[in-house]
Amino acid sequence: MKFNLKKTITESQIYKSMFRHGYSTSDRDRALSVMTNVFFHLHPVKVRKSGARFGFTWCAGGLSFFVFLTLVVSGILLMFYYRPTVEYAYNDIMALREHVPFGIMRELHRWGAHAMIITVWLHMFRVFLTGSYKPPREFNWVIGVILLVLTMLLSFTGYLLPWDQLAMWAVTVGSNMARATPFFGHEGPGAALLSLGDIQLVHAGSDVRFALLGGRFVGAATLLRFYILHCVAIPTVLVLLISVHFWRIRKDGGISGPL
Amino acid sequence: MSEPAPQPPISRRQFISWFGIAWVTFAAATTGAVSIVARFLFPNVVFEPPTSFKAGFPAEYEVGSVDERWKEKFGVWIVRTAEGLFALSTVCTHLGCTPNWLGTENKFKCPCHGSGFYKNGINFEGPAPRPLERYKIGIAQDGQILVDKSRKFQQEKGEWSNPESFLKT
Repeated sequence: MKFNLKKTITESQIYKSMFRHGYSTSDRDRALSVMTNVFFHLHPVKVRKSGARFGFTWCAGGLSFFVFLTLVVSGILLMFYYRPTVEYAYNDIMALREHVPFGIMRELHRWGAHAMIITVWLHMFRVFLTGSYKPPREFNWVIGVILLVLTMLLSFTGYLLPWDQLAMWAVTVGSNMARATPFFGHEGPGAALLSLGDIQLVHAGSDVRFALLGGRFVGAATLLRFYILHCVAIPTVLVLLISVHFWRIRKDGGISGPL
Repeated sequence: MSEPAPQPPISRRQFISWFGIAWVTFAAATTGAVSIVARFLFPNVVFEPPTSFKAGFPAEYEVGSVDERWKEKFGVWIVRTAEGLFALSTVCTHLGCTPNWLGTENKFKCPCHGSGFYKNGINFEGPAPRPLERYKIGIAQDGQILVDKSRKFQQEKGEWSNPESFLKT
């Protein structure tokens, strides 16, 4: 009997324990191979041919996810060299450019951040143009808006990490907006109402900007906080919401059809 | 004769009261945890320069000059005019950058968006919506100038007429 490598592999216990279904041409098996895969099950089992047309989706959502994955990979690599302290941050960024092999890694991360803003924006634009935000997809639009805000917050928090003059002042300017938060910002509407006699409860040392910066102005505590937000907190929430976003595409009836 | 209904292991009344206790406990624990997390973000000690500082004797400041020696550490310019001294905040009233004092042009100019201020702090060009703020200025017991940054005076609120915002010499 002739030795068949393909058969030996696909009929082994190891292979069968991972992939329960053969790559069959039957509709049922194709659907099952999507449904029983932890990664694919978020995805619609079947996609309308008209809905998957490039001219309809621009691939903008998929591209956003792809760019996000490259940002995760390049970001984890950068974390091996970057120390988020006032003493080292700027020099580590310089070292990433000058001494570390493949200095383009940092540029990839930065360009990726710009690209993600563009693709997310394009995705939102095409969803709007194709009316894909309409019922039953209105809640997925809401999740999408939160994802857009998180994408921009990732860019904002990442902006500080090079710890140069541009970063310092951009974040000083940006975080000053938090002063005007209603009730929680010390210059915001309603903050003056929160007082016990003469004592102001919301002041420069107790408002939402103070919590964000870890101080009254951008300093060492801010660098560390933004680093944690950039590398841990926001990506965790983002991955969670991306999962819900994808899963809901399936639950809301797949990619919307053309109008 | 019908069989008596089986006695449930827990009565409806008991179930609802346990249910209520469980929910109240859960809500209290959640509120507690969230409060702890929120409070955790506010450090008790911040390693920042003190908000009030002694700035030397008035005689050390030249009449008509803008003194930049406290700019780096405390974010304050001390300006001396013929009448006296005042402490000007180095925070631009547009978006919070630090302007530069341009002696030759006799103005403060912000590098971020181009706001300009006269020597007295009044804005005259660029996007800044209001004059620079002044801080409380006085004389300490040893005769030195004492600047208190926790108290600020805004021109547009008419606070520059407050005697604490200006040190007569």
